[in-house]
Amino acid sequence: MLDNEKAARHKRICRVIMWVILLALFLCFIFPFVLVIINVFKTKADITSDPLALIGAHGFTLKNFPEAMKKMNFSRVFLNSAIITTSATVLTILVSSMTAFVMVRNPRWRICSLTFSLMIASMVIPFQVLMVPLVSVYGGTLGVLNHRLTLILLHVGFSVSMAMFMFHGAIKTNIPMELEEAATIDGCSRWQTYWKVVFPLLKPTIATVAIINAMAYWNDYLLPSLVLTKKDLYTIPIATQAFYGTYSTDIGLVMAALLLAMLPILILYVFLQRYIVEGVTSGAVKG
Amino acid sequence: MKDKTTSYKIKQYLMFAGPGTLLFFGAVIVPFLYGMYLTLTSWDGISKVKPFVGLANFAAAFQDTAYWQAMGRTAIYSCFSVILINIIAFALAYLVTSGVKGQNFFRAGFFVPNLIGGIVLGYVWKFVFNRAFVALGSAIAGGTVPSLLATPKGAMFCLILVSVWQYAGYMMLIYVAGFMSVSKDVQEAAMIDGCNSAQTMRNVTVPLMRSSFVQCLFLSITRCFVVYDVNLSLTKGEPFNSSVMAAMHVYNQAFTYKNYGVGQAEALILFLVCAIVGVTQVMVGKKGEVDA
Repeated sequence: MLDNEKAARHKRICRVIMWVILLALFLCFIFPFVLVIINVFKTKADITSDPLALIGAHGFTLKNFPEAMKKMNFSRVFLNSAIITTSATVLTILVSSMTAFVMVRNPRWRICSLTFSLMIASMVIPFQVLMVPLVSVYGGTLGVLNHRLTLILLHVGFSVSMAMFMFHGAIKTNIPMELEEAATIDGCSRWQTYWKVVFPLLKPTIATVAIINAMAYWNDYLLPSLVLTKKDLYTIPIATQAFYGTYSTDIGLVMAALLLAMLPILILYVFLQRYIVEGVTSGAVKG
Repeated sequence: MKDKTTSYKIKQYLMFAGPGTLLFFGAVIVPFLYGMYLTLTSWDGISKVKPFVGLANFAAAFQDTAYWQAMGRTAIYSCFSVILINIIAFALAYLVTSGVKGQNFFRAGFFVPNLIGGIVLGYVWKFVFNRAFVALGSAIAGGTVPSLLATPKGAMFCLILVSVWQYAGYMMLIYVAGFMSVSKDVQEAAMIDGCNSAQTMRNVTVPLMRSSFVQCLFLSITRCFVVYDVNLSLTKGEPFNSSVMAAMHVYNQAFTYKNYGVGQAEALILFLVCAIVGVTQVMVGKKGEVDA
């Protein structure tokens, strides 16, 4: 009995120590964000004199926000990012799930196995290898840079193999053939079978693919910066980079711009936290 | 079933996989092949003619000392980052699966850096290093302390620190999934057989989680080797080009100095090195995988 009690007490103490370590690590992790939030409400002079103070000597100010928003053209770049992310995500889901469907159901067709292996092999190619020829082909030869549609289609083209692979696994393991056969007997064409029977059953995978890709598109910098060079087409990461280049000394404005750039996704995370963590985990483990 | 003639197959394939294949070829295959061709030319990025120069670009890439310095730097940076990312991620995963209060909250919190792009993260940390840490250091030391980002070694340290902070939460999620997949029965059996918790961890849990380790190592290696966004926003290669990583060197070579052929050749070498390291790691790792 005594031994048991001792063990239980030992366990409780262990838990408390672990909790304290976790809390300390957590504070380290969010420290940079806290610092930005503290300083965004200070004047430039206060930030320079003491970036660690909770409230500046000149008091609380909201002036940084409207100015940063105006100089960054925030509503415009936010809209650009939103349009590009949404359309690219929707297109990725439609295009890659359809591709996966025909590949799962007809693995013996030579065209399917060929494209499938090409797509799997291509997943190791880093973007750096493709960026020069991309600019050369789409900028020089075809002259289609500086269109949002070009960026959207390139985004989809880059992620189609990974997304196809995830849908491939989902269709193979979760959608029984009998279901499709029943639909065929009831008079559905392959096209109707896909949209009326298979696609609605893919919801969990659709959510995973949507979350992973939407986050990647929203935060991507290198590809958008190569495709979109006109100011009114900028996405949030490009606009942040350009803003920093121009106003880096105006540190109050920089704080506001950084917070604005982070805010949309942080707000979304508060509401969709569970889905995002789950989606990223299942995506990472399957990929 | 309908007769599977070639025309039926092609029609079916195009109907479902046509758009995907087209976009995939347009974004990946065509540029990849065209890139191979570009390495054999001395294109300046503007003119219509692309003079054929054979393997001269590869020769130039091999003689480009700045490139090999950047590659060496990237190797050092990746080595430290990968090890630290995985140690910290594993520790975090262990802590957030140990059943302490609020573990879901912590799990969500550690993941936050992954939500935000490298550009924004780099600028946030630049502020932390240049202003907050300088103020803190000055308050403690009682004089003006220079920023860590001002020296080559300091800049390298900062890059590693930010990368570890950025990716640890993501790898933690994979390790958490690994911990969850190890069945409690096996662990309990080990305990009954006389293992203490450290022995159970070392001899039972960790070997069963081998695939998580392989995956996290692969992901962190391939990401660290082509680091660009954080490099650009945090150090921009400063001071004196001492923190230019391989990917940034390739970018500058191609787009700043307009040596497209050499830049593309260097990108290809970077890809090969990265692929060889990644694939070797996976093969070695998979070899010793065990099933419960």
